[in-house]
Amino acid sequence: MGTVWYCLVALTLVFYVLLDGFDLGAGILHLVVARTGEERRQVLRSIGPVWDGNEVWLLATGGTLFFAFPALYASGFSGFYLPLMIVLWLLVLRGISIEFRNHVHSQVWTPFWDFVFCFSSLLLAIFYGAALGNVVRGVPLDAHGYFFEPLWTNFRLGEETGILDWYTIVAGLVAFFALTLHGAAWLLWKTAGPVHERARRVARVTWWGVAVFTVAVTWLTFRVQPQVPANLSAHPWGYVFPALAVAGLVALRWFVPRQSDGKAFLASCVYLLGMLSSVVFGLYPYVLPANTNPAYALTISNAKAGDYGLRIGLVWWSIGMALAIGYFVFLYRHFASKVSTEADHEGY
Amino acid sequence: MEDSLAIHRLHFAFTVTFHYIFPQLTMGLALLLVILKTLALRTGSEHYNRAARFWARIFGINFVLGVVTGIPMEFQFGTNWAQFSRAAGGVIGQTLAMEGVFSFFLESSFLGLFLFGEKRLGPKGHWLSAFLVFLGSWLSGYFIIATDAWMQHPVGYALGPDGEIQLASVSALLFNRWALWQYAHNMIGAVQTACFVMAAVGALYLLSGRHETYGRTFVRVAVIVGVVASITQAYPTGDAQGKMIAHDQPVTLAAMEGLFETQQGAPLAILGQPDMHKKRLDNPLIVPGMLSFLTYRRWTAAVRGLDRFPEQDWPDKILLLYYSYHVMVGLGTIFIAVMFVAALLLWKRRLYSSRWMLWVLMLCLPFPYIANTAGWITAEVGRQPWLIYGLMRTRAGVSPQVSSGNAWFTIIGFMGMYTVLAILFLFLVYREIEHGPGPAAAPAAVEVRA
Repeated sequence: MGTVWYCLVALTLVFYVLLDGFDLGAGILHLVVARTGEERRQVLRSIGPVWDGNEVWLLATGGTLFFAFPALYASGFSGFYLPLMIVLWLLVLRGISIEFRNHVHSQVWTPFWDFVFCFSSLLLAIFYGAALGNVVRGVPLDAHGYFFEPLWTNFRLGEETGILDWYTIVAGLVAFFALTLHGAAWLLWKTAGPVHERARRVARVTWWGVAVFTVAVTWLTFRVQPQVPANLSAHPWGYVFPALAVAGLVALRWFVPRQSDGKAFLASCVYLLGMLSSVVFGLYPYVLPANTNPAYALTISNAKAGDYGLRIGLVWWSIGMALAIGYFVFLYRHFASKVSTEADHEGY
Repeated sequence: MEDSLAIHRLHFAFTVTFHYIFPQLTMGLALLLVILKTLALRTGSEHYNRAARFWARIFGINFVLGVVTGIPMEFQFGTNWAQFSRAAGGVIGQTLAMEGVFSFFLESSFLGLFLFGEKRLGPKGHWLSAFLVFLGSWLSGYFIIATDAWMQHPVGYALGPDGEIQLASVSALLFNRWALWQYAHNMIGAVQTACFVMAAVGALYLLSGRHETYGRTFVRVAVIVGVVASITQAYPTGDAQGKMIAHDQPVTLAAMEGLFETQQGAPLAILGQPDMHKKRLDNPLIVPGMLSFLTYRRWTAAVRGLDRFPEQDWPDKILLLYYSYHVMVGLGTIFIAVMFVAALLLWKRRLYSSRWMLWVLMLCLPFPYIANTAGWITAEVGRQPWLIYGLMRTRAGVSPQVSSGNAWFTIIGFMGMYTVLAILFLFLVYREIEHGPGPAAAPAAVEVRA
């Protein structure tokens, strides 16, 4: 039962990264690919009706984690106290920048919110990557299963490490490049005109960043977290996950210049799926490794909730998720067409 | 430890109080929007569609702020209350996750369609999207209330081998008697806020001679719904909740009412200031026997006072509890009077020309917000010193590793950020009200969401 929920939490997280990932990426690129007011509205319109629903996947991940692995939720969220609070502030800023930007047309108001949108999206991408890096590297858990990490100490790995050390910074950069590429692929697919062309150029350049840092983070991860190579050698079928990431990356290289924009976006999804599932496979059965004493680590079995709750949860959770996926299919089909720079015809 | 406990409590209290400014309006307004859309569908009149679009814009601004201030709430259980989350996550995590899975997805998906898709969906489809937004937001309220109700009155749980609290019955959790009454009381409170806001905007338009046809619609709809809401808020929902508190949290009742000594035929204090040293009410204005009657339906029944309970089980902020409760009840009574008179004038067809009544309606705007907030303070401070009533003390629930310095840092951050949000909120809502529901599209014509 614990393993099932481990996979389901991971699945919810994957949905979050794939969906909110593209609007974060669009945010990072907002000031780069869209120069005029019209173009910027076009970028925002491409994510306008969906970003908020995408973010609900973050809440769903948090909620699912809470009831399936209460000990992990408690330990992880209090241990990552400062970065998590900063993430929350960035989410607040990002949300209002998207929604409030178009309420006032002014030379001061609009560019200000464009900047806030771009800045918060960029920092969020890096923080998410660094957060995942922290989980992979392990945290200084004590015998009671709690820890607290400052934002940084000396940027070195070791027991006194902070949220940011050179490994987690690399992980943050992977996330930054990967989500930028994901956002570029989304804009390629959903826009036409100058934004579309600039998104293609960005995608081609960013691809190299993704490729280089993916190799770097993979190499580092094998040295930082011994559980990953151990799992791979014990279960060689697990190589399918990194292979998925490589396949996605190669496919992106193929589709982006060939104007197969829908397929390029899909390839980017496959890449992200491959990367995340590699982490999920590599850490199993840990949910939060300890870099102090391996015995203090949180695992599926010592972090999970009672069996009755997990069983009953499986029933309503599956129904709820099926419904949610249904709404999303309906919503995305409704807003399926490309957004142009012309005035909006869908509104009132 | 003690000083970090105080700061963690303040952290949650501040962020949740600010957050709840927005959902109380959106939940109530969702119902009023369904009513306006229904009127539009039945009369086929564009007037009601325009009225609905105007309120949808106000709804949108509130919704965004509700979302961005709501996300921190779900995470604060883990960040600031780790021991509580670890012990009780298997239970309250269920209802919180249900909220995300069943209501947020529904609400956020269909809000996009409701705000963007009117032309493409057609009148019936658009009505349906409004209804689904209403359903999503009201479901969301239920799951939150069920979570709080479990903390007020824990049911359906079993203690695990390491003292962790495990779920034993999901139906007991979801159909907790406390959840049902608390939900009814809370949602009617939200409807009251929406009614008073809609009535205030309508009254403003009528008094200033602008958008008068809309002003009349707003006042009419708000007063008709508002009078029903105000009465049901007191009876049966408020009454039932009082009885539950008397039954399950008698010490809370004594503190709320300022009843220091156990009495037969206990009086109801309308006014009075508790003196915690002399253990009595100063300047009491009381109705003899009324508290006994309200609680047990007998004028001479004995009601237990604070003297009957050990001091360590008293709510630790009795003054805050006493005053919030009295503010809530006092305002609730005033709402009944205001809405009743307004409804009478509406029935006599004199409301739109009764300028004094329109003034009253307009100036009532802040009070339902205060009453709702005071009600929540009563519930949460009344639960103290327990985090889970009878099971876990509040001081046992905080995050052991988060120092008070770090908690101060983040509460200052939240205060700063929320000050900015409050200013933006007032500015944007003011613009919408200034612009009004007229036919010319607002400069803010909703291009991106809301």
